[in-house]
Amino acid sequence: MNKYRADLHIHTVLSPCGDLEMSPKKIIEKAREKGLDIIGITDHNTTRHCKLISKLAEPAGIFVLMGAEVTTREEVHCLTFFENDEKLSEFQLYLETHLPPIPNDTNKFGYQVVVDEDEQIIDEIEFLLLSALDQSIEQVEQKVHSLMGIIIPAHIDRHSYSIISQLGFIPSGLLIDGIEISANCKVASVMPFLAKHKDKTIIRNSDAHYEENIGKAFSVFEMRHRSFSEIKLALNGIEGRKVSIS
Amino acid sequence: MQVKDIITSLELKVFGGSQGLSNEITGGYTSDLLSDVMGYADNGKIWITLQTHKNVIAIASLKELAAVILIKGNEPDADMLTQAKEEGIPVLGSNEEAFEMTGKLYNLLTR
Repeated sequence: MNKYRADLHIHTVLSPCGDLEMSPKKIIEKAREKGLDIIGITDHNTTRHCKLISKLAEPAGIFVLMGAEVTTREEVHCLTFFENDEKLSEFQLYLETHLPPIPNDTNKFGYQVVVDEDEQIIDEIEFLLLSALDQSIEQVEQKVHSLMGIIIPAHIDRHSYSIISQLGFIPSGLLIDGIEISANCKVASVMPFLAKHKDKTIIRNSDAHYEENIGKAFSVFEMRHRSFSEIKLALNGIEGRKVSIS
Repeated sequence: MQVKDIITSLELKVFGGSQGLSNEITGGYTSDLLSDVMGYADNGKIWITLQTHKNVIAIASLKELAAVILIKGNEPDADMLTQAKEEGIPVLGSNEEAFEMTGKLYNLLTR
């Protein structure tokens, strides 16, 4: 088994709240500087920067988990990840189908721009990515798993946009691959909510919107090598693989 | 006042959980954050919300609420309705928005 340092919750400039400095190129540079082996790219309700970042990360020796931070109808944030470009594209289509057509006000929320590897703007997303999809958390979970993806409720300790704040507790029967806590969260504070979910792996990420926060929090994955399937196995604690947090 | 006494005057639809229609009402609580309801709603209250998730019933049952009113024409998710029937918590519906429904219920209960 090998140990890998992973920060699986990073926003790019494409998220309206993501800093303009968060270009694919800068994210890779910073991740390398911070000694991250694996990064998760999770913009709000879009995956449009994932493929480029994955491509740029390869020569830098960083493995990219491609996905999005989805906002469900109940306003619960969930991290979602997919194995390859094909599955990611299908999920992107699902996101575009279910995001309400509310225009983004760039003065209030910020820019939602897609850039290329030279940090040139190549597209701008018209509809506000911070809106909630018209899909329940169960519907999102089913879609993710139909694409053999990973779904993890995000920052469950937060008092807004978390599964605990919105739904009171983790619904029974919801198939999740782990639980995320915020950078500064004390594990003991969420334990009362996990009584029935003791088998779930807890991960900790930065939720970086600014480059200085990349890698500020991370989880250590112990597994054979870096791949989507190994990460999924580690999250589920299969055959000695595991994830630990500080 | 019982849950069944407000159905006609507030023009509510009964989706399910009618075993609980004789629950006594002590007041109301309007909120869409389930963690908030769990923390602050007292038993016997009518819960006004737009949430249609099955956790609504779990919390209503835990807090011994009198009934749930879904607003804006929202309908319960299938598993929410199943659970409401099992737990005997009336799930009612209205086309009104939260502000109007809360005001009307308040007037009715304090008359």
